[in-house]
Amino acid sequence: MEQKRYRVTEEPLDSTAIIQRVTDKNAGAVTVFIGTVREMTKGKRTLSLTYEAYVPMAEKKLAQIGAEIEEKWPRTIIAIEHRIGALAISDAAVVIAVSSPHRDASFKGSRYAIERIKEIVPIWKKEHWDDGSSWIGDQLETTAYDEGAPKEGET
Amino acid sequence: MITILLFAGMKEAAGTDKLTMDREQVSVAEVRQFVKETYPAIPGTERAMAAVNEEFVPDQELIRDGDTIAFIPPVSGG
Repeated sequence: MEQKRYRVTEEPLDSTAIIQRVTDKNAGAVTVFIGTVREMTKGKRTLSLTYEAYVPMAEKKLAQIGAEIEEKWPRTIIAIEHRIGALAISDAAVVIAVSSPHRDASFKGSRYAIERIKEIVPIWKKEHWDDGSSWIGDQLETTAYDEGAPKEGET
Repeated sequence: MITILLFAGMKEAAGTDKLTMDREQVSVAEVRQFVKETYPAIPGTERAMAAVNEEFVPDQELIRDGDTIAFIPPVSGG
């Protein structure tokens, strides 16, 4: 049975399993990006995070990002998993694996994927601090939301 | 019946993740107005993007009986 390459899950992420999904005999490179939960942000201490997603749409949008990467960098293979629910400091929130025949496409595809996730994938995080909590939005500080949907292919 | 989904801060402020609207056809802008009037305290209703049947749509888009519309506040995954 083929494993899904784009997934939102409440389970801890298994980077080895995600790498296996992009392993290919024609690949000469695999990059793995792991986004982890950071304790200190601008002097504020995070105790834990809660991620929430619109799961079916989030998985569709992750797959869309993968398709965009395949189009920009032909012969790449992509797998992306995002964790939701309660996460502790240093837990992996997202794992992106990209394989390609030559290393340049893997590096670029990986960078592209994480930036796009922060634009179009309906996943939100709530920060729990020692003095309160808040939903964090618009990390890119863009104005794209005022114009409706993000532009297709925007980098 | 149109199903309206709320997430994150919008969901928390509303105290519910789902609303319904009994209409045959309505624009996204009208649904947005309905949410604003039903829950005036929800933050960012004007700013949230709208997705119909899991695809982003502009405010002038028309939606029909049976459709699901979600309001997507600024995302923060990764």
